[in-house]
Amino acid sequence: MMYTVAIIAILITVLLALVRALLGPTVYDRIAAMNMLGTKTILLIAVFAFLTGRHDLLDIALVYALINFIGVVAVLKLVEQGNLYTAGETSVDTQHEVSKK
Amino acid sequence: MILEVLSWLCLVLGGLLGIVGGIGLHRFPDFYTRLHAAGTTDTLCAALFLLGLAFQAGLTLASFKLFLIFAFIFLTSPTASHSLANAAMLGGLKPMLSNRDVLKSEKQDKS
Repeated sequence: MMYTVAIIAILITVLLALVRALLGPTVYDRIAAMNMLGTKTILLIAVFAFLTGRHDLLDIALVYALINFIGVVAVLKLVEQGNLYTAGETSVDTQHEVSKK
Repeated sequence: MILEVLSWLCLVLGGLLGIVGGIGLHRFPDFYTRLHAAGTTDTLCAALFLLGLAFQAGLTLASFKLFLIFAFIFLTSPTASHSLANAAMLGGLKPMLSNRDVLKSEKQDKS
């Protein structure tokens, strides 16, 4: 019962995030929504592991947590640079210094 | 019994927080405010869910794994939000700073 309620709450959130990912006016809105979706997927897998009593599924949730972060950063880099092979060392602070010079 | 109540409380609060974040993702006017809604609720929502599950598991290997997942989300979720805001700022997305900006964007949505 407890896990069912939790899963329903997660699914509602996933739905809201998916709608934002589809509507999102900018590409960053979509990435933010996908980031949220990834976190909710981790929680969904964890709750599902307890619902079915298969605690080894938690390992998959752990791996998903690792991949989610790497994926978001990789997509951001791709959006920013247009490719993944050049080394980009930019941030808001450094760009400010460059524009000062 | 107490553990049961605590875990109910954590899971329900976490679920509510997640839904609030999802609604915030729709109700706010521009990207940075939406990211604020999504980014801040995300971490606490995950923490509450995992705590609620850990109450059910007790002191076992499962709760240690839950702790590992929590530690990872706790570190990476704010980092991802920060890099998102940073990338959007570098990408030239201007934050809405006044009510006039909000009205302008609403007008654009209608047209």
